[in-house]
Amino acid sequence: MNAALLAQLRDHLGSLWRRPRLDLPLLGALLLLMGVGLGTLYSASDLDRGQMLAQTLRFVLGLGVMVVIARIPPSTLRNWTPWLYTGSVLLLLVVMVLGEGRGAHRWLDLKILRFQPSELLKLTMPMMIAWYLNLRPLPPGWSTLGIAGALIAIPVVLVAEQPDLGTALLIAASGAFGIFLSGVAWWRIGVVVAVVAAAIPLHWRYFMHDYQKNRVLTLLDPEADPLGNGWHIIQSQIAVGSGGVWGKGWHHGTQSRLEFLPEHTTDFIFSVFAEEWGLIGVLMLLALYLFIIARCLWIAANARDTYARLLAGAISMALFVYVMVNGGMVTGILPVVGVPLPLVSYGGTSAVSLLAGFGVLLSIHAHRRNPGAG
Amino acid sequence: MRRLRLRGRRGGAPKPIGEARVEAAMFRRRALAGFALIALCLAGLGLRFSFLQVDEHARLSARSDANRILTRPLAPARGLIYDRNGVLLAENVAAFRLEVTAEQAGDVQDTVRRLGEFLPISDDDITRYNTLRKRKRSYEGVPLRLKLSEEEIARFSVARWAFPGVEVVPYLTRAYPLGAEFAHTVGYVGRIDENDLNRLDAGEYAGTTHVGKTGIERYYEPRLHGRVGYEKVEVNADHRPLRVLPDRVAPVPGDNLYLSIDARLQEAAEAAFAGRAGAAVALDPRNGEVLAMVSVPSFDPNLFVNGISGADYKALLDNDGKPLLNRLLRGTYTPGSTIKPFVGLAGLELGLRRPEDTVLSTGEFFIPGQSRAYRDDVRGGFGRVDLVQAIARSVNTYFYSVSLDMGIDRFSSYLSRFGFGQTTGIDLVGEGSGVLPSREWKRARFNQAWYPGETVIAGIGQGYWIVTPLQLGNAVATLAARGVPHTPHLLRAVQAASDDRPQVLPLAPDQASVIDRAANWQAVQRGMIEVVQAGTARAVGGDFPYPIAGKTGTAERYSRTDESWTSISASPIERHQVLFECFTPADDARIAVIVALEAGRSGASDAAPIARRILDTWLPGDQQRQRETLATSDGGGP
Repeated sequence: MNAALLAQLRDHLGSLWRRPRLDLPLLGALLLLMGVGLGTLYSASDLDRGQMLAQTLRFVLGLGVMVVIARIPPSTLRNWTPWLYTGSVLLLLVVMVLGEGRGAHRWLDLKILRFQPSELLKLTMPMMIAWYLNLRPLPPGWSTLGIAGALIAIPVVLVAEQPDLGTALLIAASGAFGIFLSGVAWWRIGVVVAVVAAAIPLHWRYFMHDYQKNRVLTLLDPEADPLGNGWHIIQSQIAVGSGGVWGKGWHHGTQSRLEFLPEHTTDFIFSVFAEEWGLIGVLMLLALYLFIIARCLWIAANARDTYARLLAGAISMALFVYVMVNGGMVTGILPVVGVPLPLVSYGGTSAVSLLAGFGVLLSIHAHRRNPGAG
Repeated sequence: MRRLRLRGRRGGAPKPIGEARVEAAMFRRRALAGFALIALCLAGLGLRFSFLQVDEHARLSARSDANRILTRPLAPARGLIYDRNGVLLAENVAAFRLEVTAEQAGDVQDTVRRLGEFLPISDDDITRYNTLRKRKRSYEGVPLRLKLSEEEIARFSVARWAFPGVEVVPYLTRAYPLGAEFAHTVGYVGRIDENDLNRLDAGEYAGTTHVGKTGIERYYEPRLHGRVGYEKVEVNADHRPLRVLPDRVAPVPGDNLYLSIDARLQEAAEAAFAGRAGAAVALDPRNGEVLAMVSVPSFDPNLFVNGISGADYKALLDNDGKPLLNRLLRGTYTPGSTIKPFVGLAGLELGLRRPEDTVLSTGEFFIPGQSRAYRDDVRGGFGRVDLVQAIARSVNTYFYSVSLDMGIDRFSSYLSRFGFGQTTGIDLVGEGSGVLPSREWKRARFNQAWYPGETVIAGIGQGYWIVTPLQLGNAVATLAARGVPHTPHLLRAVQAASDDRPQVLPLAPDQASVIDRAANWQAVQRGMIEVVQAGTARAVGGDFPYPIAGKTGTAERYSRTDESWTSISASPIERHQVLFECFTPADDARIAVIVALEAGRSGASDAAPIARRILDTWLPGDQQRQRETLATSDGGGP
C-alpha cells in the first residue's frame, strides 16, 4: 500500500517537470495578489529588504508546495484524507502537551522551522468533511450533520484552547462551508444557527479568556482604553480614514511610517494598504479577492465527484472568511483576532498553507469532469 | 438500506449516475447562493471602507495629523535593600550611558564601528543592543554602553559632532556596597536579555534596562521594580521632541526591602570561615527569620550589573572554589552524625525506645544473620549507653540498632517531618532538595530494592543521605523550637513609596509541633547539651552564658569500605566534610546555627569554632534585647 503510494508520488513528481497543468486565470490572479502583497509589505516595513526577501522566499516555497500538490489527483487525496485528518489532530494534541510559544501554546519547535499544526487543519478539515459527506446520501440528515459537527468541533476546540481564536474560526468555517455546499436543507441551517446564537452567551460567560472578552468590549467603545486594547482599533481606523478616496500614495502613509499603527506588516497591513491606496485601491483589492473566489467556485462546480466539489468549494469560501475577518478588524466592525490578509500579510505558515489550498484546487481543476472545457 | 449503500461506496467508487447528477446540480445552486452571500458581505465591507474613507475622511485625517504625540516611558527607581538594622545592601547610584537612536544615526552598524574608535565597545554590547533594538521603535534611544567612565565621556564629547543620534544619558545603576559578603543573599541585577524580555511585561519594563537575576533581587523583582510612568511628548514628523506635555504619569518607585539578616552577624560569620569553602546559616527558631547566611567563597556582584567582562566571568567559572555556587541552597553534604538527634527522637516517638533504654556498644554491630560489621568510632566501643550518652559521644551502635528496629519506611516518614528531602521554601530561587533515603527514592532513582544494611548506615547520616546546609539549618531550628516548624525567610519588612516607615510583614500563624511528646524532646535536648558540655564539642561550649545544645558531624569525603580504617587517601586536615549544628539558649532557643565545611579534620575541631564565633557576635545584641524586654515588662507593672 505504502510502496504503491510512494511510487505514485514519484510518478507525479516526474510528470510535474514535463507537463504542468495549471489554471492560468487563477494563477495569474494569485501572482498579482502576491505582487500587491510584496509592494505593500515593502512600504509597511519601511523599505526593509530583509523582510521582502523572507516573504518572497516563503512565496516561492508556497508556490513549490502548490505545484506539487496540484499534481496529486483528488482520488489520492481522498484516500489519504482520514489519515491526514487524524494525524493533524494528533499533532494538535502533541502541541498541547509539549508545545512552546509565548503565552499561547501553538508552536511545535522542529529546530529548523517553527511549525504550527493548526495550519494543517485549514486543509485537512475541509478534506475530512468532504470525505465523510461523500460517503453519505446527500442532502445530509441530522445524524450525518451530527457526526460532521463532531469532526469539526474536535480540532476547533483544541485550537481555540491554545488559544488561537482566529485559526479556530477559519477551521470551523472551512468545515461548515463544506456542509453548506452539500445541500443541507435551509431549515436545518436555520435551526443550527439559532442553537449557536443561543449558546453565545454561555460561551461568553464560561469559556472565553479575559483578553478575548476585552477585545470584544473594546470594539464597542475603543476610546475607553485608548492606550491599551483600543489603540489598535483607533489607530487602524485613523489610517484607513485618512487615506481618503485616492490614498496618500505608496510609502507616504504616516500612520505606519511614524509607527503609530501596531502590527503594521502582519495583521494590520490592510490598514497600510488602505491608507496609501485609498478607497479606489481597496475596492480593486476586494474585487481581486472576489474574482479569485469566483474562479475557485467555478473550478469546484466543474469537479469530477462530490468529494472534489465539496473540498474545492469549502476552500474557496474559507478564503472569503480571511478577507472578511481581517477587513472587518481593520475597519473596526469585528474584534481583533489574529487572521492575516491572505497573501498580503507578512508571515510564513499562513502563506504556505493558503498556497497549498490553491494547489488542491489546481489539482481538482486538472482532473475535472471534461478536461476539454474551460 | 443506507448502511448498505455506504459500504458499497467505500474505496471511492463513484455514486450512481443519477444521484451524482442530483448532487452536482445541488452543489451548483449552493455555490451560487454562497457566492451571492460572499459578494454581499464584501460589498458591505467596501461600504464600511467608503464610510471611513469618504464620510469620516476629514475627521480621521485631522486625527492623523494630530498623531504627533508620543508616549515616552519613565523608568521607576528600583527599591533599595537593607538589613534588619537599616544597613544599606543594595542602592541606586547615578551613572551615564551611551544611547543610539537608529532613525537619527542613519547607518547604525557604521556608527557603532566608528564609536569603537573612541570607546571600548564589546561584541556583547553590540549583540545586546541589536536584541533590544528589535523591541523599540526606530526613533527611540537604545542603550549601547552602560556606566561610562568620566574619561570615556570626555573622549566622546570631543567627537560628538560626528555622531548624530548618539547621546550620553544619565541614569541610575545598581550598586552593592558590601560586595561579595551579600552576593549569595541579595544577588544582583543584570541587563535585560532575550530570556528576560520573553518573561517580563513589555509595558511595565518599557523604560527599564536592568532586572533581578539572582537572590533577593530576582525573587522580589515585582516588589523592587515599581510601576512605570509615562510622559507625553509632542514631536515633529522626524520625531524630534518639540515639547513635553503637562499630562504626565509619574513612575512609582519600587518598595524598599528590609531583610531579617543582621549585617554584623553576616560579616562575622564570613570572617570566621577565613576563606575555607563551606556554608553557614543562623536562623531565629521562633519565626524562621534568617539572621545570617554565608556561602564561601563568594564573588563581587557589582561585576555583573553592567555586563561582566569575558575574562572576569571565565575566572569565576574556572575557580576551583566555585564562587558562583550558592552552597547554602545547593551545596550537597552528607549529614553524618548531625542526623543522630533526629534519629534518636524518632526512636522515642515511635515507641521503639524509652530514654533510659541502653544499648551495648562493642565497637562492632551486626545485622542478625549477616557477617558484615558496622563500626563505632572507637575500637572496642563505648560500653552501655543510653540516648543522652549516645548523642553526647556520638555512639554509632545505638543508632544502628534503633534504625534497624524502625525500618526504612518509618525512618524516612518520621524524618520528613523535619523537612529532609524537601526544599524549605525560603524566599530565594534555586534551592536544592537533598535526598532523604527511602524505599521509594531508591526505586525511582536506581530502580533497585532496599537492603537492611542501607537502613543501618542511614541511621548515622551516611549512605544515600544528602542535605543542603539550609535544609539542615531548618531542621535544627524546628528541633530548637520544640518541633514547631517555620519556613525560613529573608524578607522582614517592606517600605512602599507611600509608607513613611517600613512595615513589618505579618508572620504565618504557628503550626502544630511535629513532636508528639515533650518528654521525648527533652531527652534529645539533654543529649545535645551534653555534647557541648562534656561530649564531642566540649572544647567550644564552656564559658558561654547560655546553655548551648549542639551536635557535631564528620562525614568521610571519600567512601570507605569497612576494612579500610586507616588507608585514607587525603591528609587528615582535609579528610572530612565537617558539620556543626547548635541552638541556644537550649530551653528557649533564640538562635539556631549550622556550619558546614567542605574539608576539615572533624566537626568539633573545625566547624564548631565557627559556630561559636557567630554566637559570640550575636550574644551582646541578644542580651541587650533581653534587658530591654525585662525593663519594659517591669515598667509596665504597678
